[in-house]
Amino acid sequence: MKIFVLVKEVPDTYGDRRLNLETGLVDRNASEPVLDEITERALEVALEYADANPGTQVVALSMAPESATPSVRRALAIGAESAVQIVHDDLAGADLGLTAEVLAAAIRRGGADLVITGNVSTDGSGGVIPSMIAEHLGFAQLTALSAVEIGSGSVSGTRASDFGAQPVSAQLPAVISITEAFPEARFPNFKGIMAAKKKPLEVLSLADLGVQADPSAAPRTIMTSVSEKPPRAAGVKITDEGDAGAQLAEFLVQNRLV
Amino acid sequence: MSYPENAILVLVDVTPTGEAASSTAALIGAAAQIGTPVALVVAPAGIAQAAVDAAASAGAVSVLTAEADASALTVPVVDALEAAYNAVQPDAVLVSNSIAGRDVAGRFAARTRAALAVDAVGLSRDEEGVVAHHSVFGGAYRVNSAATYGAPVITVRQGAVDARAEAQPLNVETLAVSPSGMPAALAGEVAIVEKASSRPELRGATRVVSGGRGLGSKEQFVLVEQLADTLSAAVGASRAAVDAGFVPQSHQVGQTGVSVSPQLYVALGISGAIQHRAGMQTSKMIVAINKDPDAPIFDVADFGIVGDVFKVVPQAIEALEARKK
Ligand SMILES: Cc1cc2nc3c(=O)[nH]c(=O)nc-3n(C[C@H](O)[C@H](O)[C@H](O)COP(=O)(O)OP(=O)(O)OC[C@H]3O[C@@H](n4cnc5c(N)ncnc54)[C@H](O)[C@@H]3O)c2cc1C
Ligand SMILES: Cc1cc2nc3c(=O)[nH]c(=O)nc-3n(C[C@H](O)[C@H](O)[C@H](O)COP(=O)(O)OP(=O)(O)OC[C@H]3O[C@@H](n4cnc5c(N)ncnc54)[C@H](O)[C@@H]3O)c2cc1C
Repeated sequence: MKIFVLVKEVPDTYGDRRLNLETGLVDRNASEPVLDEITERALEVALEYADANPGTQVVALSMAPESATPSVRRALAIGAESAVQIVHDDLAGADLGLTAEVLAAAIRRGGADLVITGNVSTDGSGGVIPSMIAEHLGFAQLTALSAVEIGSGSVSGTRASDFGAQPVSAQLPAVISITEAFPEARFPNFKGIMAAKKKPLEVLSLADLGVQADPSAAPRTIMTSVSEKPPRAAGVKITDEGDAGAQLAEFLVQNRLV
Repeated sequence: MSYPENAILVLVDVTPTGEAASSTAALIGAAAQIGTPVALVVAPAGIAQAAVDAAASAGAVSVLTAEADASALTVPVVDALEAAYNAVQPDAVLVSNSIAGRDVAGRFAARTRAALAVDAVGLSRDEEGVVAHHSVFGGAYRVNSAATYGAPVITVRQGAVDARAEAQPLNVETLAVSPSGMPAALAGEVAIVEKASSRPELRGATRVVSGGRGLGSKEQFVLVEQLADTLSAAVGASRAAVDAGFVPQSHQVGQTGVSVSPQLYVALGISGAIQHRAGMQTSKMIVAINKDPDAPIFDVADFGIVGDVFKVVPQAIEALEARKK
């Protein structure tokens, strides 16, 4: 079985995340870049299956600038067997449509039985890449899974749907996306980090994939304006001396909030 | 059948029992701000009537219907949306930014190569077409987006649009759909979560009371529910409270949970990690109770109380209930 795990580098949510007000693009220098936690959890799902099923190939796939290579290596250090990184100048500021096309082309080229992604990323938070890729590849998709069972020819799980938990299943090949209900990834140990340096990391360009970033190739989503909202200021702070509950009630009444 | 020049095609989310989801009125209201709403209702045979009626009374000038087997995930809805799109030739397609809605929007945009804008909190129109408004990085930035050409597909954040359209007379048409044959996952029955009492839904609530790890246990989390009920508020939670099993994940507020902008947000025993603030810092009024005077939640609170939630909250509930009498 060959599993592609889609890993994405994002600005650390613990840091001060900024958009460049001129280009509208994420300011990659403003905060520490990290591998998105949800994509590490996706990798863990694949590794657990691989641990129990020798012969499983786990490939980490990312579309990201060259500066993101350390994050891709981290996926190797955690345990992916190989990695593919798609790097191209024309992909700076790529919209969802182009991102999905590129990722799908790389998966098609490698040939996958199963594709595992996060349900939503912490920067773009689109939550649509998994179903877009499934459509491009002609695979079934099982999104927002809170539990999964991977079999040799099928995959099933519990989907956290809008109205409650729902059992879902599909024949492979398929695309699945997982939620935070899954555990955090194992921590890369020293052995893993050393091994990662020798593991194959293939860098592909758009030409290798036959994808056109040309603006006339398909409609794209573009940003037409970006503005910053002033940060919020702190207000009154009191320390409870036995009557803070009553003061809170008074505050809510004064402000017509009850 | 002909459709308005400036039609906006709205995909109505349908609940497992055939009702229109609560996002419907806002989706159609948003569509009416930029054109003439035409709704699409896709549901299993014989259960769509309530959703069709809801779409018309929410302001859809016509309602297209298609039958789809609920046991196939997403694909039948995408096939119907494609047929509706071809018939209506709209200026934009609006879909709820729900889990089901995002799946359909993603597949549909990939199939038709349409530009996709996600999680819009508002819509407008300029000389060149439809513009989607987004609130990103926890509301720190406002971004507008548009399609370079063609009709965009836009997912609209639940609870973010206040505009409502006038009810329209019922005008229903059955759509002929040819299945794409695209493989779909098999979907079983949804175990519908019983809605707790009459408590408002978190998304779009005007008041929210949230609890964090500081509540200590599932039993003690009841305090959050009690204050919520006193204030007729929805119940929210931090990720730590969800991870600890105090409440289901659907109550999580923040980066990877729900984003809320209520009139009042009350944070109980929540430290105010940046990922939590990302989902609530655009609230009009923020109240925080935390026993740690240095908790970062106080940096965004309009009214902060350094104290024990188990002392302060019961007293506040008592005072508020006394006033009601
Ligand atoms: C604040 C912000 C808002 C944006 N809004 C829009 C918009 O409205 N329309 C638009 O067309 N574009 C938008 N973009 C661009 C869009 O986010 C990127 O195209 C992005 O690469 C993919 O979207 P996502 O992160 O939202 O994906 P999601 O669909 O949220 O990602 C889900 C999963 O897909 C996988 N994945 C996603 N991207 C990659 C990648 N590059 N490499 C490997 N795996 C990946 C991961 O497993 C991830 O967990 C926005 C970007 C930002 C930063
Ligand atoms: C990628 C990523 C995404 C994330 N997404 C989210 C998200 O969507 N939402 C979210 O909430 N978090 C999210 N987090 C987690 C976040 O970083 C914090 O861990 C989490 O918000 C902490 O929850 P908490 O405030 O309840 O717990 P803690 O940080 O443990 O805070 C508990 C607070 O309770 C106070 N307290 C304890 N007892 C009492 C008492 N009796 N009375 C008053 N106060 C008391 C303590 O002083 C403390 O400040 C995310 C993290 C990552 C890395």
